[in-house]
Amino acid sequence: MLTVVTFLPLAGGLLLLFVDEELKETIRRGAMAVAVFTFLVSLDLLAGFQSSPGEYHVYQFEEMRHWMSSPPISYHLGLDGLSLWLVLLTTFLTPFCVLCSWHGVDRRVKEFHVLLLALESAMIGVFVALDLFLFFLFFEAMLIPMFFLIGIWGHERRIYAAVKFVLYTMAGSILMLVAIVALYSQTGSFDFPVILQKLVSGRTTLTMPTERLLFLAFFAAFAIKVPLFPLHTWLPDAHVEAPTAGSVILAGVLLKIGTYGILRFCLPLFPRASVEYAPYIAGLAIIGIIYGALVAMVQPDYKKLVAYSSVSHLGFVVLGIFSLNAVAIQGAIYQMLNHGISTGGLFLAAGMLYDRRHTHVITEFGGLATPMPVFASLFLFVCLSSAGLPMLNGFIGEFLILNGAYLTNPWWATLAATGVILSAVYLLWSYQRLIYGPVTVEKNRELPDASGRERFSLAAICVMALVMGVASPLFTARTEATVTRILQSEMTRNTRYEAVQRPTGAAVPVSVPLVAAGAEGGKAGRP
Amino acid sequence: MVQDLLSRLGMQLPKEFALILPQVQLGIFALGILLTDFLLDRKSRWWNAVLALAGVGFSGKALWNLRNLEDVSAYHSSIVVDPFAVFFGFLFLISAALVILLSVRYLEIEDEHHGEFYALLLLATIGMMFLATGSDLITLFLGLETMALSFYVLTGFLRHRKASNEGALKYVLLGAFSSGILAYGFSLMYGIGGSTNLARIAQAYAERSPGDPLVLISLVTVSAGVFFKIAAVPFHMWAPDVYEGAPTSITASISVASKAASFALLLRIFCTAFWPIRPNWEMVVAGVAVASMTIGNFGAITQSNLKRLLAYSSIGHVGYMLLGLVAGTPDGFKGIAFYLLVYVFMNTGAFAIVILLRREGVIGEDIEDLNGLISRRPVAAILLLIFMLSLAGIPPTAGFIGKYFIFLSLIETGHYVLAVFAALYIAPALYYYFRVVVHAWMREPGGAARPTISVAQGVALAACTLFILVAGLLPDRFINFAGTTLQSQFLQMILR
Repeated sequence: MLTVVTFLPLAGGLLLLFVDEELKETIRRGAMAVAVFTFLVSLDLLAGFQSSPGEYHVYQFEEMRHWMSSPPISYHLGLDGLSLWLVLLTTFLTPFCVLCSWHGVDRRVKEFHVLLLALESAMIGVFVALDLFLFFLFFEAMLIPMFFLIGIWGHERRIYAAVKFVLYTMAGSILMLVAIVALYSQTGSFDFPVILQKLVSGRTTLTMPTERLLFLAFFAAFAIKVPLFPLHTWLPDAHVEAPTAGSVILAGVLLKIGTYGILRFCLPLFPRASVEYAPYIAGLAIIGIIYGALVAMVQPDYKKLVAYSSVSHLGFVVLGIFSLNAVAIQGAIYQMLNHGISTGGLFLAAGMLYDRRHTHVITEFGGLATPMPVFASLFLFVCLSSAGLPMLNGFIGEFLILNGAYLTNPWWATLAATGVILSAVYLLWSYQRLIYGPVTVEKNRELPDASGRERFSLAAICVMALVMGVASPLFTARTEATVTRILQSEMTRNTRYEAVQRPTGAAVPVSVPLVAAGAEGGKAGRP
Repeated sequence: MVQDLLSRLGMQLPKEFALILPQVQLGIFALGILLTDFLLDRKSRWWNAVLALAGVGFSGKALWNLRNLEDVSAYHSSIVVDPFAVFFGFLFLISAALVILLSVRYLEIEDEHHGEFYALLLLATIGMMFLATGSDLITLFLGLETMALSFYVLTGFLRHRKASNEGALKYVLLGAFSSGILAYGFSLMYGIGGSTNLARIAQAYAERSPGDPLVLISLVTVSAGVFFKIAAVPFHMWAPDVYEGAPTSITASISVASKAASFALLLRIFCTAFWPIRPNWEMVVAGVAVASMTIGNFGAITQSNLKRLLAYSSIGHVGYMLLGLVAGTPDGFKGIAFYLLVYVFMNTGAFAIVILLRREGVIGEDIEDLNGLISRRPVAAILLLIFMLSLAGIPPTAGFIGKYFIFLSLIETGHYVLAVFAALYIAPALYYYFRVVVHAWMREPGGAARPTISVAQGVALAACTLFILVAGLLPDRFINFAGTTLQSQFLQMILR
């Protein structure tokens, strides 16, 4: 089942290769059909997913096959609450990427759609891979289509941005590779559940310096991907230069792979190191929240504004994760999904403006409410969802994160909360400059309103935002078991280490906030 | 074939003859090509290539018969046929076959299509095979010189091109110098061991104190000679010039087969005679490896000539392979062997794309010549991407598995810093490999014509691509093949 979902887009993409390059419309429709079909198939995962699977079925839809014996890699796929939603997010967003490139991409149409579908496969693969090696493989495989998407169909400085994107990501992921191999030499396995089992049961113990180094190596790869301040400098370039579909995928899914990796690998595998580094990382996350928001505020280029807002929003996610309690982690997961939907929507809107005027500069627009009323209202909805208006999705995520962060350290929550205010400032201010007021540039008077295709995309995003805003238990119920498990493995191991350490007098009460918050967390997980 | 013929003539050959049959077969065909060349007119010179391929085929068959032998020494233990020698023998033959396939069209365009080319290539391969089988200093040196002399001539084969002549001259002068140093080192080894046999020399080294100046001088001179041959820093200066000047198919051969042969020599000497004094050279080799990765990877960034770029990148690859020797574990040696095997295909493939760019009147070696390859010849651009990804070590290509074993062996032996260094150098490597890809995929084609692919080139490219993908996705069989080298006695002795 998972194999089908993972490779369906790729298979569809390969079929598209046989279509004649000139039949652009057929290719677009074909790609759309593949993307929609993948989404429908992935809905079946949601239907078959059990919220409380019991002790022994941590991963559902598990698939395990021997692949190669040296290095001992198995083809091991599985789905839990965390990956379920991210897979769905991926399959949900991809059709909109095809839709938004309908007119924007007119050159080398076939390659574009094949690469887009290949990228979708790689992204789904990242979320469902349970073998570290397989995960790394998908992680790298993702880079190549994205490199071409930015480099071929991007804007003026596309090649620079594409190379920068690849180098940054690669530098991090290579360190992760070394850590994966080191982990293998310690535990004798590449299989994530096996490694985790060995570490949790204490059959393999990592010395503290080793654990620190391994944690940092994994974390570096993911922090670049997130991107955490100060590793974010590739993001504005990549976003601004990427075509609309590239930006949507980049913001919507690729950035989540960083936070997904932290939740999936860093916390459970290296509990002591993550507790130890949590304050520093949270500090960086808070800097990112505020810095990203402030920089976003002064951007003259709308796409860059949204790019920096991503830095700020993802800062929330990282803060939530490293608050290390159930509420905050629930919030972090929720915010990951929100950000995919809302920021994806913002980039779609930016792409629509770009298709009309071939610029992202805010001062080139103004008063768009007059020529494009429908667009203006849908766009407002997306902006508000990103700004975290109650009843919409952004609010739930931010609220949970701030709530959880407060439990761990009130100051974190206080500082991070300014980010919420600032996000309202930059989003609404930019909205005002784009949409309200008199029409400042003559050309804009004639702009056509959103077409049916565009209305459909934005409306779907808005509906999703509303559903996620009012029906959050639908989502959190399915992630709860996963969150509890992450924290449990974290707690049990930390307590055990303390028990070992205490007689020597070197004990550090590291897990106190964990235990305290974790207890409440289970209940507070459902707002 | 030869044996049948001779036995029918009533001539009895010593049994040992079967052990060098692969080399003999190649020799016969090399000489045969020199004769048949006179009979062929300009248009039908490609028959030479067919003959050369047949020679490689027969040699491969003879080598195949030796595959299950375990350490048979012959000719007064001057050669030893072990799995190590057989593995490397196959490597050389594969490389020779690929180079022959790639040369036909190239030489026709260069208007230098002579039988000597193929004859010399086969002779060089003989030298390499003796390098891999030699267990005696004399055999090793003769093998090395046979190989090197053939390559000196082949480098200068494009008589009318200045760069080719320049490259050949540099290669001869520096090569002769390094051979001299190597021979000096060999003479010291003979002096210490009282024998030219490597096993005896190893015993003598084990008995000497590691700080003995004679031991150290012999170590330094021999390593200098060998490092020159594999183009490791600081003895790499010749590589870019020679690579640029030589006919492109020969560049592929020098960078792949000659390098693999020199690695066979290096492993043979370092894992026998020099193994007892391992503490003396471990850090030196590690330093040379890191320096090679540094100079190779950073040197390649600024190159605009594809052949020079690949020359620097191959210096970087040498660094990775040397790290396997630093680790000195079964995984390390297996890693070197597998890396070299993959390297044959990926580097030859990369040079094959450069060969495609060569047309009448267009040198086609500049990175700009790749511009817009994707619209001119999509297949070539896609293959180029695969080769570049494999060279950079991105999964799921075979190049990644090669690097993986090197990393694994380093981590197993606690060389974490080296592992991180080696890993981080993938980033600059990726930068210049992707620069090549950017030119092929993202730049406008300009007015350049569509490159054509001849049948022979197509076969070679297909073989390279297939191998890279199959060995990347299902590497088990190939890793086992590379692992057979570990069963050789000299490696068994040190790994035990």
